Amino acid sequence: MAWKKHEYDDIPGTYVFDGRRSHQGYALNKMAFSFNNEENREEFGRDKAAYCSKYGLTDAQTAAVLAADFLSLLRQGGNIYYLAKMTTYYGLSIQDAGASFQGISTNEFKTKLVEAGEGFEEKLQKLGGYWGG
Amino acid sequence: MARIIGGVTSSHIPAIANAMTQGLEQEPYWKRFFDGYEPVKQWLAEVEPDVAIVVYNDHGLNFFLNQIPTFAIGCADRYENADEGWGLKTLASFDGDAEFSWHIAESLVNHNFDMTMCQEVLVDHGFITPMALMWRHLPKWPVKAIPLVVNTVQHPLPTAKRCYQLGQALGKAIESYPEDLKVVIFGTGGMSHQLQGERAGIINVDFDLQCIEKFIDDPEWLTHLSNDEIMQQAGTEGIETIMWLVMRGALPAKAKLIHKHYHVPISNTGAGVVVLENTQEQ
Repeated sequence: MAWKKHEYDDIPGTYVFDGRRSHQGYALNKMAFSFNNEENREEFGRDKAAYCSKYGLTDAQTAAVLAADFLSLLRQGGNIYYLAKMTTYYGLSIQDAGASFQGISTNEFKTKLVEAGEGFEEKLQKLGGYWGG
Repeated sequence: MARIIGGVTSSHIPAIANAMTQGLEQEPYWKRFFDGYEPVKQWLAEVEPDVAIVVYNDHGLNFFLNQIPTFAIGCADRYENADEGWGLKTLASFDGDAEFSWHIAESLVNHNFDMTMCQEVLVDHGFITPMALMWRHLPKWPVKAIPLVVNTVQHPLPTAKRCYQLGQALGKAIESYPEDLKVVIFGTGGMSHQLQGERAGIINVDFDLQCIEKFIDDPEWLTHLSNDEIMQQAGTEGIETIMWLVMRGALPAKAKLIHKHYHVPISNTGAGVVVLENTQEQ
């Protein structure tokens, strides 16, 4: 038996959350899902390793949780929306996480976003009919 | 008879919810984005909908990965918001319309859309952000709301074409309901963004604008895009834009453009707003 290959597997720097990853990351994501509850976040805070063990994370997943290494967690089946519950716990925004995936600072990450959108107002004017265009 | 008066597309990202909570609307970063919603609010005030059907994806509040329906509909008289671990303020609950929901669910199933029917739904930022964008200036929500949840989290996801066809069936379902209700549909999410991986932070203005233009005048064009292609162009989370097609499918092919607005970046995303009015006689 083997996991089916997909066209999207070839998109660089991308971990499309499909059956294979959801299967691999089930315990990890289940733990992150528990962070919807404040008491669970507090329990995690008191002994993170014990909390990971309670949810049956692998040693490698546990190490990545303890190191707040979100790229590693993505590679081990973490879903970005579930990981966001964990980044919030660590006081990090989704943009902090995005920056960490690329090894740059959050300010550099934000600058890249602004640059990616540069010139959009001229494009709106050219198309016509946009609010504020 | 119930009538679809129109549809609105909107981003639903949590950064917007936080900005509203913190009253940042007139800050330079946010001003142009929020000002572009004023005509939407004005249109809603003029057309006075009774019901809003909010098409969105759950991000791990109501549904966990143990059970992910492809398409689900709330069939309750009340929906609560709750802590989703993202640090967002919990908003007041929303009145639903169970009888209307069950009518829609039955009609959709009879038209071969096998919905998951939910008598309890915790609505997350995907639902509350657009509701707050439209109506936070009012003392209470002026409409009954119905959540329609699409799986855009765990692949395989429904195709753009399937979302459009669901919208077509939704249109029939709404307009076969005997009560005189004015219904607006919110298609939420998108546009281009990728939150995950080394490719995080991509924004594709040209693709976003092409999607907006086609969405208005030639929505069939969008139904030919594969999910692979959309993720290539718009990022893994940009795939959310397929939910706009549920709204678009429910409206006639020719609908009156009331407003279009685009701003970038809003947090990690390109943010698109389109208001279409249904001018067809029933």
